[in-house]
Amino acid sequence: MTQSAVTASRDWQRTTADLRNGWQQRQLWGHLGWQDIKQRYRRSVLGPIWISITMAVTAIALGILYAGLFGNELGVQLPYILVGFIIWNFISGCLAEGSEVFTSNVGLITHLPAPLSVHVYRLVWRQTLFFLHNLVVYVVMLVIFPQPLGWGSLLAFPAFGLLVVNGTWVALLLGIVTTRFRDLLPITQSIVQLAFFLTPIVWIYEDLQNSANPAIAERARIAELNPFLHFVEILRRPMLGQSFELRNWVVVLAITVVGWTVTLIAVRRYRARIAYWV
Amino acid sequence: MTTAVGIETQDACVDFPIFDAKSRSLKKTVMGMVGGTIESGSRVPIIEALRDINLTLQHGARVGLVGHNGAGKSTLLRLLSGIYEPTRGTATIRGRVAPIFDLGVGMDPEISGLENIVVRGLFLGMTRKQMESRVDDIAEFTELGDFLRMPLRTYSTGMRVRLALGVVTSIDPEILLLDEGIGAVDAAFLEKSKRRLSALVDRAGLLVFASHSDEFLRELCDTAIWMEHGTIREHGPLEDVLASYRDARR
Repeated sequence: MTQSAVTASRDWQRTTADLRNGWQQRQLWGHLGWQDIKQRYRRSVLGPIWISITMAVTAIALGILYAGLFGNELGVQLPYILVGFIIWNFISGCLAEGSEVFTSNVGLITHLPAPLSVHVYRLVWRQTLFFLHNLVVYVVMLVIFPQPLGWGSLLAFPAFGLLVVNGTWVALLLGIVTTRFRDLLPITQSIVQLAFFLTPIVWIYEDLQNSANPAIAERARIAELNPFLHFVEILRRPMLGQSFELRNWVVVLAITVVGWTVTLIAVRRYRARIAYWV
Repeated sequence: MTTAVGIETQDACVDFPIFDAKSRSLKKTVMGMVGGTIESGSRVPIIEALRDINLTLQHGARVGLVGHNGAGKSTLLRLLSGIYEPTRGTATIRGRVAPIFDLGVGMDPEISGLENIVVRGLFLGMTRKQMESRVDDIAEFTELGDFLRMPLRTYSTGMRVRLALGVVTSIDPEILLLDEGIGAVDAAFLEKSKRRLSALVDRAGLLVFASHSDEFLRELCDTAIWMEHGTIREHGPLEDVLASYRDARR
């Protein structure tokens, strides 16, 4: 925790130092992230399985419902919804908790001179652990509804990596903005909820695109404008053994670059202000 | 480290913006931009918590902080720890800082005392290994015995203070910043923790200690800073500062 000059608190060196020093405190946020998870099942009998069971129950119920509504086979609809759900849980966790990342840590921020990124890493790490918990359900699903996994499925690893990298900037940026403007918090929460319906998680986007009704097919194209679609797709496609779609990756990479650029500028300008704002 | 432990501030100021519901709101800010300024007094009010702080503290300094409530003692400690970066001026901090402003911060009521020892140590910049090697020593000092395996929420206030003091006094900081608030422990234990506290101070390269207790200050410090209205009123040998502080209060 060695600190040095605070001459120009808005310079780039201090910005990268915050991210780097935060990363060096892996032991701290790694431990805290685990602790957060353990907290959820501390006094429960089922323990860690709880996290996955609640998710699985919702996904299965929705799978059966929408398979019936759309007239799809359960073996198609259920895995689609389940995998989409697992991915969405990660994305929405980063968004929803990211907008509280500093305001919920007031005590720590005003009592300890830790880099701000520590709180963000802890959050993303916690969401990653949730994701890994939920993979258990995915594995069970693979046994019941085998998917045509191949070498292309290995793309799931870089895809998840991209989700983590993006989750980090999203949490940092949202954290800064919502600390200054408190009324953004309920707004982000409702946007996350809305995005769940706008993103093809329960409805199968390709089915609509190939719809016999040209008007529906046309409208389904609009869904491509939703950035969340691309984030879900880069990971869901390999997890379900579907083919590689370049445009999803291009969009995600572009968002990664733009998002981090904006975030670094925001961190440079407002990093030192957070302790004053909370 | 190439440079020695030390803290240096030049004309450092800490200004707090006081946001009310209106200025916290994005809507109002945006509307304000569009419509132009209607009220001239719509700027966010600012509290000058610290003004023009010039300090040079080097290795070996044992500084006490005195001043009445709201004089800026705690804010100064936060400035010196790097939590608040000065809004104007500069503050340079060299060394590993252990700020101890609140014994309970970073403690989790749901996990056991033993786990809390490790977590609290990590917060103070120690590694897990360092803390694990200190656990026995801390356990012995706190006299909590088997209670250390119980969740912290089962502890009484006094027991929590014991645990927190045990952890806090076990670390090896380069810069130690202490805000008083050590109470709720029985007399015998306090005597024991005093000894540990002075041992801690001896290990630390630099100490800044805010307290209302002359006795404590005399025990740990040799110089003192008298804070008033967010500025340094006097900085000098402990007894001189204490004397003029007491005179002014009369």
